[in-house]
Amino acid sequence: MSARRGALGLALLLAAAATAAAQAPRAGEQQVHEVATQLRCVVCQNLSVADSPSEMAGQMRAIVRERLEAGQTPEQVVRYFVDRYGEWILLSPPRHGFTLLVWVVPAVAALAGLALAGLLLVRWTRRPSGAPAAGAGVDAAMRERIRREVEREP
Amino acid sequence: MIPEIGGAAAMVALALAVWGAVAAAVGTRTGRPALVLSAQHAALGVFVLVTACFALLTYAFLTFDFSLRYVAINTNLGTPFYYRITAVWGALEGSIILWAWMLSLYTLIVILRHRESAQELYPWVLTVMLAVMAFFLLVITVAAPPFERLAPVPADGRGLNPLLEDTGMITHPVALYLGFTGLTVPFAFALAALISGRVGDAWITMTRRWTIIAWYFLSLGLLIGGWWSYHVLGWGGYWAWDPVENAAFMPWLTATALLHSVMIQERRRMLKLWNLSLVILTFGLTLFGTFLTRSGVIASVHAFTQGSIGVFFLSFLALVLFTALGLLAWRWDALRAQGALDSILSRESAFLLNNVLLVAAAFTVFFGTVFPLLSEAVRGVKVSVGAPFFNQVNVPLFLALMFLMGVGPLIAWRRASLDSLRRNFVWPVALGALSAAPFFALGVRGAVALLAFVLTVFVAATISVDFVRATRARKRMGERVLPAMGGLLLRHNRRYGGFVVHLGILIVALGVTGSQAWSVQTETTLRRGEAVELAGYRVRFEGLSASEESNHFKVTGAFTVSNGRAVGVLQPAKKFYPQETSPIAGVDYRLGLREDVYLVLGDFAQDGSQATVKLQVNRLVSWIWIGGAVLTLGAMLAILPERKKPA
Amino acid sequence: MTRRPVRWLLPLSVVPLLALLAYGFRVNPHEIPSPLVGRPAPGFALQTFEGAPFALEAQRGKVVVLNFWASWCRPACYEEAPVLERQWRTYRERGLVVIGVDIQDRDEAARTFVREFGLSFPNGRDTAGKVSVDYGVYGVPETFFIDRQGRIRAKHVGAVTDEAFRTNVEKLLADTTG
Repeated sequence: MSARRGALGLALLLAAAATAAAQAPRAGEQQVHEVATQLRCVVCQNLSVADSPSEMAGQMRAIVRERLEAGQTPEQVVRYFVDRYGEWILLSPPRHGFTLLVWVVPAVAALAGLALAGLLLVRWTRRPSGAPAAGAGVDAAMRERIRREVEREP
Repeated sequence: MIPEIGGAAAMVALALAVWGAVAAAVGTRTGRPALVLSAQHAALGVFVLVTACFALLTYAFLTFDFSLRYVAINTNLGTPFYYRITAVWGALEGSIILWAWMLSLYTLIVILRHRESAQELYPWVLTVMLAVMAFFLLVITVAAPPFERLAPVPADGRGLNPLLEDTGMITHPVALYLGFTGLTVPFAFALAALISGRVGDAWITMTRRWTIIAWYFLSLGLLIGGWWSYHVLGWGGYWAWDPVENAAFMPWLTATALLHSVMIQERRRMLKLWNLSLVILTFGLTLFGTFLTRSGVIASVHAFTQGSIGVFFLSFLALVLFTALGLLAWRWDALRAQGALDSILSRESAFLLNNVLLVAAAFTVFFGTVFPLLSEAVRGVKVSVGAPFFNQVNVPLFLALMFLMGVGPLIAWRRASLDSLRRNFVWPVALGALSAAPFFALGVRGAVALLAFVLTVFVAATISVDFVRATRARKRMGERVLPAMGGLLLRHNRRYGGFVVHLGILIVALGVTGSQAWSVQTETTLRRGEAVELAGYRVRFEGLSASEESNHFKVTGAFTVSNGRAVGVLQPAKKFYPQETSPIAGVDYRLGLREDVYLVLGDFAQDGSQATVKLQVNRLVSWIWIGGAVLTLGAMLAILPERKKPA
Repeated sequence: MTRRPVRWLLPLSVVPLLALLAYGFRVNPHEIPSPLVGRPAPGFALQTFEGAPFALEAQRGKVVVLNFWASWCRPACYEEAPVLERQWRTYRERGLVVIGVDIQDRDEAARTFVREFGLSFPNGRDTAGKVSVDYGVYGVPETFFIDRQGRIRAKHVGAVTDEAFRTNVEKLLADTTG
């Protein structure tokens, strides 16, 4: 079956990928990367310090690395930057206070939308259908065939 | 000479556009077809004049006419030939000319296509398109004139932004703008329907193909933008949730919703109000996007801003929204839902859900984009809303949408019996669930990534199930396999075009999931001869070399890359342009189906003895571009006119 | 339910959004208020272009004007360099120290800059970027006015004018406590 063959091919592809994934970078670099992804590169727009190729970002990464190696926790390092640049340096707004809104409002909106859609669906399916019911002359077998035909149509 | 002719052409075009908009409206209200015809001629005149402006500007670029300020800022004597052409739309003024030109082209095509077939709607469509045209021409003549002179004439220009010296520059803005301007057409039809009161299904049936075409170009523009970001900007990513990227993504999301909800209106004559609102929302988001890019209100790497132009765009956005929504409110009663649905388990429900999720995603992106502004307005504190936020909040929505992508095409219209559900979905669900174990074994640990991969298998299976079953049915009627498949694709091109598009999206999703879940990177300083290892690759620093290019100074690093066997020598560079404050990173990479090796050159010692390099191994990224190609095929298939020959 | 007024909510609902976007014209997304004003100035030490050491802590008791610049920062740094030099010459007898810190720059370009404007106040390079990050610098030029007790009292983003310099410095020089 084409689906199965496709799945097998996909599995082979990913097997090759995963064996290479097994060799992770040094634990220190990983931590640096994690902290750096939380910070906004100050000379670029909207890139994280981890991603940005600019010189300043490189220097900031070096500072992060140094502080982590000196024994500071990731939270302390992030705090160091926030103390100097303000909340703005965090690439993702903190989840408390006013900025909690940005996290909550879209979720609430999505849920409200889903609730509204659900309500409408219920209301619309309760209404009598606009299409006339199948006439008495149509027997069950015919109806079944019609149904299958209708389902197959695009 | 050129500036005077160009400026005059723009002004005459503006006058013609205003005349045409008014004439078409008056002509249809008072029953004088001659006026409508005059408006048509005006539109043709606008096209000719805007083409002339475009041609004159291009000529000025090609001949190094630095007496024009726009040319002097965006090019210099060292700019290569083809980039001189693309530089025409490389900054604000030229980009508006490109937009205006495309709008005039679309208007012309609308005229040719619809002047016979859409009697009541057509004049109003013309009015709206020419009115939008008039606005952009107003911007060209007043706010951002490209033909301004510069005195004294400099000997050399400043030069093109080096990031724009790339093939992506030729295609990305063109595709994106074709998408944006194309969305004006459904909007014009929607307004025409509201104004004329003909809010039935005619307007939406006519615009279906326009919407797909515009949507396709928008998709293409987004994907090329991602490709450009990946191989030019030097950060190893393809999407940063930059405000201007978001500005293009939001109308894409709502346009996708529209493409689906249109089908409900076609079949059940419902959701008229919703569809009109969606079209207005989509066009509004297009204008919002162009406002963001040009006003400097929200900081962005893309923003090319200038003076008062933001006020122009905001005012126009306000005008459009008030007019369109006011018309909607006026025609409210005629738009109330009259139909009914048979069952909650049906394709209609799936599409409705799809719409809710897509619009919710668009709202999320929107709210996140304007939130920094909101925060500052309310409490005076600046905050950033970046990739982590957008990724986290959108991922559940996108996963749900992927699930729907598998369910939608197979679930029956009207009422899906439990029997049909079982028949259609037992294989895909089983395959999907079973694939979780192999993925887990392959090293996918994150719940989100795992779910995404499982859904990929599920959706792929649903597409296959449908295709295989339909081919089998045709085979039973005597056709051989290949002609059966071909016949399916061509006869039901809308349906199967849609499937291929879904497949394309699926492949893109695969690439995105893979690259997010599996990519690794490291950064290190190497002395000559030293190597760094990551994910099976060994990268050795050989040395630096310097060279003088036509318009910049380049320092190139040489790195030998091997992973068991030699991969090659990668040469990431740092380019120093005199007009730029900091060097531009030139990355080098080797692409592959499984993974890409990606190198960015950082700091280096002046004597070439050591260099800092960022090494990334990005997994499955190439599938994003492959998915884009598949999506292209699907869109083309869907646009084909319906073949009505007997099965 | 009254349908009539509800429908007009639709066009009205965009008003708050438009108002917010209009507000956007009044703010500059590139200007970030500094949380360091009022706090003790982080200490640092660097070597000037002449080779002499400079430490901020050693300047306690004097008013310090700390200026971040770069040779590629046109036109702002080029506008303010003569201002800084002029004001430095005026106030140096009264217990003012001006220190220029060059960030993200190349050595020769920086030295050329200093030579071009004949800057006589100490200038040094922040090679690792530590000083600029310590001061929350996100662009150039930026100038900090530090009082005699070593506290940051003001931050000026963009080219410093004679007037801005004078206003800030006079205020701090007048404060002779501690």
